[in-house]
Amino acid sequence: MQTLLQQLINGLSLGSIYALLALGYTMVYGIIKLINFAHGDIYMLGAFWGYYVINYWHFNFIFALLSAMLVCAVSGVIIEYLAYRPLRHSPRIAALITAIGVSYFLENGMSYLYGSSTRSFPQIIKQVNYHFGGVQISNIQILILVTACLLMILLQLIIKRTKMGRAMRAVSVDPDAAELVGININRTISFTFALGSSMAGAAGVLIGLYYNSIDPLMGMTPGIKAFVAAVVGGIGSVPGASLGGFLIGLLETGVQAIGLSAYKDAAVYLVLIIILLILPAGIFGKNTKEKV
Amino acid sequence: MSTILKVDDLVKNFGGLAAVSNVSMALNDDELVALIGPNGAGKTTVFNLLTGVIVPSSGAITFNGPNGTVPINGMKPYKVANLGLARTFQNIRLFKNLSVIDNVLIAMTSHYKEGFIQSVFRLPKYYKTEARIREEAIDLLKIFDLQDDINVLAKNLSYGIQRRLEIVRGLAMKPKILFLDEPAAGMNPEETADLTRLIRKIQREFHITVLLIEHDMSLVMNLAERIYVLDHGSLLAEGTPDEIQQNDAVIKAYLGEEA
Amino acid sequence: MKANFKYNICWLIVMIAGFYAINTLILVGVINAFIENMLVTIGINIILAVGLNLVIGFAGQFSLGHAGFMAVGAYATAIITSDHANAAGFWTSIVVGIIIAIVAALIVGIPTLRLRGDYLAIATMGAAEIIRIIINNLKITNGAAGMFNIPQFATWPVVYIMVCVTSILIVNFIHSRGGRAAMAVREDEIATESMGINTTKWKLAAFVFGAATAAIAGSLQASYVQTIAPTNYNIMESIAILIIVVLGGTGSITGSFVAAFVLGILDTVLQDFGTLRMVIYAVVLVVMMVFKPSGLLGTWEFSFKRLFGHRKPKGETQA
Repeated sequence: MQTLLQQLINGLSLGSIYALLALGYTMVYGIIKLINFAHGDIYMLGAFWGYYVINYWHFNFIFALLSAMLVCAVSGVIIEYLAYRPLRHSPRIAALITAIGVSYFLENGMSYLYGSSTRSFPQIIKQVNYHFGGVQISNIQILILVTACLLMILLQLIIKRTKMGRAMRAVSVDPDAAELVGININRTISFTFALGSSMAGAAGVLIGLYYNSIDPLMGMTPGIKAFVAAVVGGIGSVPGASLGGFLIGLLETGVQAIGLSAYKDAAVYLVLIIILLILPAGIFGKNTKEKV
Repeated sequence: MSTILKVDDLVKNFGGLAAVSNVSMALNDDELVALIGPNGAGKTTVFNLLTGVIVPSSGAITFNGPNGTVPINGMKPYKVANLGLARTFQNIRLFKNLSVIDNVLIAMTSHYKEGFIQSVFRLPKYYKTEARIREEAIDLLKIFDLQDDINVLAKNLSYGIQRRLEIVRGLAMKPKILFLDEPAAGMNPEETADLTRLIRKIQREFHITVLLIEHDMSLVMNLAERIYVLDHGSLLAEGTPDEIQQNDAVIKAYLGEEA
Repeated sequence: MKANFKYNICWLIVMIAGFYAINTLILVGVINAFIENMLVTIGINIILAVGLNLVIGFAGQFSLGHAGFMAVGAYATAIITSDHANAAGFWTSIVVGIIIAIVAALIVGIPTLRLRGDYLAIATMGAAEIIRIIINNLKITNGAAGMFNIPQFATWPVVYIMVCVTSILIVNFIHSRGGRAAMAVREDEIATESMGINTTKWKLAAFVFGAATAAIAGSLQASYVQTIAPTNYNIMESIAILIIVVLGGTGSITGSFVAAFVLGILDTVLQDFGTLRMVIYAVVLVVMMVFKPSGLLGTWEFSFKRLFGHRKPKGETQA
């Protein structure tokens, strides 16, 4: 029971990072049907930004987090403008290759500028472990969970309650019709990238605090796992991405806990394939059948 | 004349909505039958049920082929097609990036064998088979005046010709029954007249049963031997063109829609 | 029949000429070991890209798991030739690799090929990762450390011949009953099914065929490079193959050849740039996609038939 609870806490902490990343994938996919391969690298940018501002400008946690979100939002918008917008009406596979190109550019550009070595993230918040009946939880885990949940609620409010959120939903259902009723498609897509990227930026700073090490390639694997989480939850669905993220996080820590850590990624992919076979559009996805 | 396709009490519900309710029909050999009805009456749904694209909620569809009676409810679409039921689509579904002849050759797939080893190693038998079926395809295209376009990509054909090619592709399957889903949709009067001649020709030369969904009444009244009228998912009337033109219920359904 | 014979002879001449050209250039020293290495890498990439192009460009099934099947071939050759270091062992290992890859492709393909588009991509990627993780944890494959000192049987002529053989087989398949059915699936699955074609069967056929050629490429690579590790066959490798296919043009075999050469040469030229190499590569990739989204050649295909076809009356040419 204790170990189970312990794994639950660890899984949820990791899962909330995946969930934050998955949100960006799901929003971008929902609106322009692009697997934004560079999304994981935005998260890396967020972590590096946090590292620099804390070390050199002595930002506190809140400012580091907010500024990383802002910087990542701007980067996301620039990337969309330069690399994805010209390809909006091209074959989707071409846009996918471009996204991969952007990902390579960010990973290798950072390696070139700052070296590819791992560096330790400044521990701006002293880690304190609390014990509740044999279960250990750190203040950083609590911080991650709370921050992630707050951001997800905020995001849901933006999408459901604001004018821009309504525009985003409209464009994802039918961009042509949305344009006809006066929605500015370009601005809506830029806004989507800004929102998604800011979530990734926040995730970057949080993971820096949690794992305490960052490197230019850190976005690759979590990026792919977060995409898997988005697909599992039903790509295009915001609650789906959150649920998928937590599921993947729990699954990974669970498999690790039973001593099969070498197979933890394999378990993630196996669950992905099984879920897709049962629910071809993911847990919350709408299965659209082609009309004859 | 014997019945080739029999439909008994066919029902299809989408959620709580009855798209098709208790439709019974029978198609005879070499017959040209039209299925008409106002928009949303469920005509295309009937086609999709008959060709196996969707599975009926209840009811029976039986095909009377050379190998006896076969129930086709819930059979996979490709198996239904291989029984000898070919179709065209309301919104043309040609293989757009492939040439005219490839479109026809693909429709012939079930009618010739060409082993994997034969084709990847290009054994002499491959060349023989290819030459034979190409000739067959070209002969078919010649009947419909398409022989000059065999290497043109389907997407580059004019709209009328695309519709014609879709029918030729259906015929290449050597069907017993051909389902035509609004073949005259989007055609100008001249093209419709061409199409009328074309369908006559098909009946004359291929001896097959044709079931036609159409909105163009001149075409339907000109061609059909019998007409089924569908409204709100159920059969409203059945009869010869003359009978249908006199039928009060049919007139009401149509005028009610247009008025 | 006679015309077909003529075109086949043309291709044979091209292949033999290519072989002698490379052979001569090696003898006179224009092609040094460095360039030879580049050519072999290009050759292996051609096999991979042509096979993946069959799956993506012709059958229209977006697979992101090509590297998994490549790994199967590579490990089959590494394990078998380490024990039986002779030519017979090498060729047996290729056959064994093909068979295992076919079985793996069937296991992966039968359930997943009913998925569409990006869902299929992510599922095949997951399947390939599972293959890689299994290899990573087995004893016989020496786990994460990989295998060393694999005997070298895949010299440049072997690779050259295998490039020719696999390309011919795939092109022949494309121009046959099965290939046409696969292309029909790409164009319109519902219409294909209504023509009496079992779409699942032909999707699977293309997928399995692609996987078998990937295994051959893996065998050749393992034997040529002589050192392999599971990380060589991760998602990034699948993506690298995908890049060749898309850059050349999905649906153009000629394009896959051209793109493999362009990227191979680019990679070699950029060797001197160190870390900057991948940055430049990334920029080139994005710029090429932005300005030529359909790839270098689109769906254009080189054909002797068309080259000579002008003199033939319309209506008699064959695709």
